[in-house]
Amino acid sequence: MSPRIVAATTARVLLQLRRDPRTIALLLVVPCLLEVLLRYVLDGQPEAFDRIGGPLLGIFPFISMFLVTAITMLRERTTGTLERLMSMPLAKIDLLAGYGIAFGGVAAVQAALTSVVAFGVLDLHVAGSELAVAGLAIANAVLGMSLGLFVSAFAQTEFQAVQFLPATVFPQLLLCGLLVPRRNMSSFLQDVSDVLPLTYAYDGLDRVTRLGGFDATTVRDLLVVVGVTLLALALGATTLRRRTA
Amino acid sequence: MADAPAIAVADLHVTRGDSEVLRGISLEVPAGAVTGLLGPSGCGKSTLMRAIVGVQVVASGRVTVLGEPAGSRPLRSQVGYVTQAPSVYGDLSVRENLRFFARVLGAAPERVDAVIATVGLGDFADRVVGRLSGGQRARVSLATALLNAPPLLVLDEPTVGLDPVLRRDLWAMFSDLAAAGTTLLVSSHVMDEAGNCDRLLLMRDGRILASATPQELRRDTGEDDLGAAFLRMIERAEAAV
Repeated sequence: MSPRIVAATTARVLLQLRRDPRTIALLLVVPCLLEVLLRYVLDGQPEAFDRIGGPLLGIFPFISMFLVTAITMLRERTTGTLERLMSMPLAKIDLLAGYGIAFGGVAAVQAALTSVVAFGVLDLHVAGSELAVAGLAIANAVLGMSLGLFVSAFAQTEFQAVQFLPATVFPQLLLCGLLVPRRNMSSFLQDVSDVLPLTYAYDGLDRVTRLGGFDATTVRDLLVVVGVTLLALALGATTLRRRTA
Repeated sequence: MADAPAIAVADLHVTRGDSEVLRGISLEVPAGAVTGLLGPSGCGKSTLMRAIVGVQVVASGRVTVLGEPAGSRPLRSQVGYVTQAPSVYGDLSVRENLRFFARVLGAAPERVDAVIATVGLGDFADRVVGRLSGGQRARVSLATALLNAPPLLVLDEPTVGLDPVLRRDLWAMFSDLAAAGTTLLVSSHVMDEAGNCDRLLLMRDGRILASATPQELRRDTGEDDLGAAFLRMIERAEAAV
């Protein structure tokens, strides 16, 4: 791993993003507006807003980073820049770390901004620390990024990459417990949700939101999120081939 | 070591899907010269170049580059490769692209402006690449390969679609680089560029038809025009079958 190349990659990815102000606006403003929308959809039910608003805060970054990374990496593959980089003295970990730092940073800004709106303006209450919610949001963002990176290997066009969102993320959203508590699902669906990473991402957020403290289960949730992130990055690295057919 | 070829390919076969794209290629590319890889589009030039750079999955055969197996780690900073489609970031400016690649390659920052001048893009250095013409984009891609002054340059159709004056300037630059010791392998499907090369590899349908200097080719075929000479070589190859 070369710090010089990691730093160069981070700077380059952020510079590319800066050239696209509309995407930046969408990344930063949309989650805030959705929190506002949720607040007024649940007008008169502040406890419901507290129950859903907190976890959702941590799930937005997961979704947006999944999309942004899947498409950025797909572009890198289809425009030949990935092949060029692979023929240069660059380690795969340099590229992945560069992406991770750049998009992790963007996710942190996104989570911070959405938190300010939710806690400061919309009067969202969580039992636990607001910082813990923001911290879990960033972990989820990096999870979304690593999954997006991995699925980009299976898409040939940007259309396909976008369709991977409903294909891989929506089932996890339905099963994670956000809409219906998992204990109310059939045992088969519970078993399925047991192996999906978003289940643990949601559970961690839900615990901090409702119960407050950062207990052993929350730590387990965080470890699962970090573990799956590393696994997806490792799998993603195997899809960065130096030689192709 | 002085006489060792920069590139040696022995009985190289590459298949893509069901078709054999390279059908047993053997060749040598001398060091410190401009070798032209000429042939119609679709004959396998790009695949051969990809195999030399080490980004192509090969079925069998041996490719040795600067004494190492193609694609091995020590070669990654010694081989400059320019693909046919410009592979640079369309949403960054010319200078931003080159700055990034310079940092990846560990090239000195001063090289950025030097290579921009070399490919004649001084007036466009701060223009976003996506808004440049195809030929200008190709030159940004070429500039990237020049950043760390590698001993071997593999250039896939670097002059396609360029202004004739610019084309002449680039070929002059290739000759200068070769005179300074750089080995160049340059592909083209335009035979009138063949005269700019020190040596020629004529390729057709996944095979090498001839490996000669332009003078040898003219003498051998009795044709003054290199395009006509290529045609003779094809006829000879077909008569031999």
